[in-house]
Amino acid sequence: MNSSYEPVSEAAKNHRQKRSEKLIKVQKEYRRLLGRKIAFLTGIVLLITFAVAYIITLGPLGMTIPQVYETLLARYLPGIFNMDEVFEQVVWNIRFPRIIGGIFAGFGFGICGCVMQAVLKNPLASPFTLGISSGAHFGVAIAAVFGVAIIGGEYLLIANAFLFAMLCSLFIVSLAALKGATSETLILAGIAVNYLFSSLSQLMAYFANDEQLRLMSLWGMGDLSAFSWSKFGLFVAIFVICTPILLSKARDLNLMTIGDDSALSLGVNANRVRMVTMMVSSVLVATIVCFTGTIGFIGLVAPHMARMLIGTDHRILIPASGILGACLLICADAVAMNIIGPTIIPTGIMTALLGVPFFLYLVLKGKRKEFWQ
Amino acid sequence: MNIKLSVQNLEFAYESTPVFSGMCMEIPKGNLVSILGPNGSGKSTFIKCVDRILNPKKGDITVDGVTVSSFNRRDLAKKISYVPQSSVRIFPHSVFDMILMGRRPHLGWASSGEDEERVWDVISLLGLEDIALHSFNELSGGQQQKVLIARALVQETDLMLLDEPTSNLDIWHQLDVMRIVSDLVEKEHITTLMAVHDLNMASRFSDLIILMKKGSIHAAGKPCDVLTSENIAEVYGVKADVHCHDGVPVIIPYQQIQGNGTGNTPIFCPAT
Repeated sequence: MNSSYEPVSEAAKNHRQKRSEKLIKVQKEYRRLLGRKIAFLTGIVLLITFAVAYIITLGPLGMTIPQVYETLLARYLPGIFNMDEVFEQVVWNIRFPRIIGGIFAGFGFGICGCVMQAVLKNPLASPFTLGISSGAHFGVAIAAVFGVAIIGGEYLLIANAFLFAMLCSLFIVSLAALKGATSETLILAGIAVNYLFSSLSQLMAYFANDEQLRLMSLWGMGDLSAFSWSKFGLFVAIFVICTPILLSKARDLNLMTIGDDSALSLGVNANRVRMVTMMVSSVLVATIVCFTGTIGFIGLVAPHMARMLIGTDHRILIPASGILGACLLICADAVAMNIIGPTIIPTGIMTALLGVPFFLYLVLKGKRKEFWQ
Repeated sequence: MNIKLSVQNLEFAYESTPVFSGMCMEIPKGNLVSILGPNGSGKSTFIKCVDRILNPKKGDITVDGVTVSSFNRRDLAKKISYVPQSSVRIFPHSVFDMILMGRRPHLGWASSGEDEERVWDVISLLGLEDIALHSFNELSGGQQQKVLIARALVQETDLMLLDEPTSNLDIWHQLDVMRIVSDLVEKEHITTLMAVHDLNMASRFSDLIILMKKGSIHAAGKPCDVLTSENIAEVYGVKADVHCHDGVPVIIPYQQIQGNGTGNTPIFCPAT
């Protein structure tokens, strides 16, 4: 493209020389910023690895961080590392699944929130904007009050929550397919469905007895205690399918945030991308929510924090939102488990209690440049 | 004459309100063509139809002799670039990221070094080095318009559509943007079709002018032939003096023509 701009006069040559010096300076600055962002993300991942071990040491059975790593490594390399039976029981079967579940859940909430904010072009969107959590809550309410569901026993609550969460998003997605998937339609339909299922849940609550009520309200607070190795199979499978799909849409999501017209003119079918990403993230969120209950704050806030720290390129923003979400959730969970002696406070409560001050600090102190206006 | 863009019998309606029908035009290669007309005459709608952002009800659009509807979105984006009037501004993209978006039709998920080089080329071509890492939202209107043009440039199409690129700009920036566009037409041979409001800007820089009135073409041709006092009176309902210097008409508007049927005449209530 530059070839046709060969400068003729001496002055023009000087000007061009100066200009390319300027360009090299900007390019250097650009690479420096990019390097800093990647370094920051690597830092957070290292922090999580360290935090996992530290958080596992907390609790009634005292142990040290090296002991935790040793116990975990012994699972995979039995010849090299030794482990204590008691440690194995506590670390491997009780504390580790909970923290791994927390990392997955936080990561999922983070990336889904990030994707939904982009496709709905709305900074207030979160994984729960489309009424997914109220659908799931209604499923739990039905299971609690009537004790009926498709699958009985241990999986009763989880299966019911998942079923109704999916029902909810299916309703919205099909409505959007009929009426055109603009962000306004989706947000309005989501809010309407949210109200519908909230009042249905309240109707259930009105007729419920004390024990049923307690079950419902506990679920609404959100907790990580449902995770155990036996339940991870399906959970991980859905993550492995959904996450790459969302990441592969990162470039399209960049274009979606500048408006449908511009996205169309740059070759992106905005409505189709919106439908696909909504469906995929609905499945992902429904899967997490049916294990954890409502932990709404992470999905709203992790993408904003990531945007302030990393910028708006979704190729790096989506993973960053996920990593920050995971970090927030396990830290909040660690505090929730240990702050008042043997009592474990529900994770959802602690997430917001700790996250809100931190978030407000970032809003007030953060660089205005990197924050939506 | 080599035809770049040809439009035959184009018809478009919002719900049941017809915007235009039976639109025909042929845009020769390497020309800067301006579409003029009052508010609501269908300029922007027409441009969006050409890029299939809006779907016309009827009609045939061809670029280099190939029907536009036979392309998929991505291939179309390699043929036609579009510079919107303004952008939705919710998330603060950096100028570099904003321009890089223009490479979307050409690549997959990762951006190769080559794509970034193209972006840097265009940044230096338009002299955007100083603002390359700034947030798009913090730029002035003129700078934003230049960034949007840069984004269309990295698309590397040879047909560019612009939707009122100079509205909301002061006179210095209007000239700046128009100079960039006419340089591109002249040096890069990009055929350009743009909707504009300012008659003098259009007449100063355009090779051809299309004058629209209520969804149909009122007149088309060289600036001096189209922008006459009569045409301006008929289309805009405005009395204006026109002087032609070296093929460039200079328009001096005086006043609205009372009782002209264009619907643009304001109704003054008699004082009571």
